[in-house]
Amino acid sequence: MSLGSLQIVKPGLLTSVQDLGRYGHQALGVPVAGPMDVFSHRLANQLVGNDADAATLEVTLIGPEIVIEAETTVAIVGAVFEAGCDGRPVPMGASFTVRRGQRLKFGRIVHGARAYIGIAGGVLTASVLGSRATHLVSRMGGLEGRTLRAGDRLPVLARPAPRPLRKAVGLMLPTGGRARLRVVPGPQDDWFHADALKTMAGVSFRISPRSNRMGYRLEGPPLARIREGELISEPVGMGAIQVPGAGEPILLMADRQTAGGYPKIGHVISADLPLAGQLAPGDFLEFILCSRQEAVSALIARERQLLRYADLKDAS
Amino acid sequence: MRIRECGDAMLLVEFEPAIDPLVNERVIALASRLRDRRARGVRDVAPGYCTVGVHFDPLQTDLAALEGAIAEEARVLNLVATVAARTPVEIGVSYGGDDGPDLDAVAARAGCSPADVIERHAARTYRVYMLGFMPGFAYMGRVDPSIAMPRHRMPRERVPAGSVGIAGEQTGVYPVASPGGWQLIGRTASVMFDPDRSQPSLLVPGDCVRFVPLAGRRP
Repeated sequence: MSLGSLQIVKPGLLTSVQDLGRYGHQALGVPVAGPMDVFSHRLANQLVGNDADAATLEVTLIGPEIVIEAETTVAIVGAVFEAGCDGRPVPMGASFTVRRGQRLKFGRIVHGARAYIGIAGGVLTASVLGSRATHLVSRMGGLEGRTLRAGDRLPVLARPAPRPLRKAVGLMLPTGGRARLRVVPGPQDDWFHADALKTMAGVSFRISPRSNRMGYRLEGPPLARIREGELISEPVGMGAIQVPGAGEPILLMADRQTAGGYPKIGHVISADLPLAGQLAPGDFLEFILCSRQEAVSALIARERQLLRYADLKDAS
Repeated sequence: MRIRECGDAMLLVEFEPAIDPLVNERVIALASRLRDRRARGVRDVAPGYCTVGVHFDPLQTDLAALEGAIAEEARVLNLVATVAARTPVEIGVSYGGDDGPDLDAVAARAGCSPADVIERHAARTYRVYMLGFMPGFAYMGRVDPSIAMPRHRMPRERVPAGSVGIAGEQTGVYPVASPGGWQLIGRTASVMFDPDRSQPSLLVPGDCVRFVPLAGRRP
């Protein structure tokens, strides 16, 4: 199979290789990483005929400029950017064909924070412990475990998708830099004042500039604790809202550590985490309490959406 | 034992909240049994000190069945009544000087000489309770209470790979250069984590570890 490459001319603000994440090694302290918005990542892959686990490029706020040295199919899903290929505008949320040597250039961002560039066959950097996902802090996966730089070359297949899905897909993005995220309380909500959950669900939190792919620090009213100290460090997952002593919550995101000792007042549901991934520092989020049953129903509804797009491909 | 839901994609199995070798032995046994069981939908099983995190795909997992499986595996754990004897992994350490910039301060705080700190740190066999923070970072305990030290208030921006530190009654080795707040008393050349090795992490939960002072490098 003939190979081509993506040549990074300008890297953008923070562009990294991501797949569904490095599961299976958290016992050894290996973080999962993966996309901040897993739905957009999956859709980008679907549009170019890939499996969900193929590696895409995650683009953050300022997009890259890439010369595509391959005849291939590309799709950009997630945050809405003005983008062009050799000066001609390309659609968001739909696949398009690229000829060898064409230049994909991102312009202004319109909505959201992170877009995923899906490419037929996926980005073929080396797999580390079964995944190509980049974990920045431990410098693992992707290209040398780091964000992309000018001059980088990433291997890709030189082969357009045999059956790409061209139809544009509807995107779920926060509007006006605000999102409402549903939260299942616990498991340590009993470490907090009785009205802390109510407080949390009644206000807006601002995402602090000291936020990154590991987590969002949230500025808002402190969530008063009735128990001091820390837990004996225990495993944590994406979406956990942990509250250090000072009471300023941290929402754990894709590059979270595998374990932590702060009490967790609740967890953002899986169906809404992609929406969180489309927020940037300075944006606002609100929490709405819900049950685990509601969380699973919401996830099934999102999954049906993805399956509908897959059906469209089969019908084409 | 108690099973708690953490959002819609993780269960946390809680044992007695203690840093205790036998509790931890049961935690590790449960994690291993759950991993071997390969229950549908389970993405990862991670043991902590006294908890097991079971990460799962909510759309592929029958939660009641998973909780049943955990309860079933846990029943066997009462048979784990002793901590298995293991051959210690030896880690050579160059103590003090540039390799252990906090050694003298630790000694001063403990009211003993740097050589005493080294002797006390190297005298014990430590248990690896869990890994976290970084790939291959093992939380080991417990150090001699006389040399137990709080973390630095302001963490260092860069701790070199291989640095051996103390935080509270825990000791550990930084696998790669990273920010860190532990009191650094020495440094090892052992490679703690290499994803290309068949066993990527030098240490796994439940291991025994001894630190061996390297000759000729006494401060």
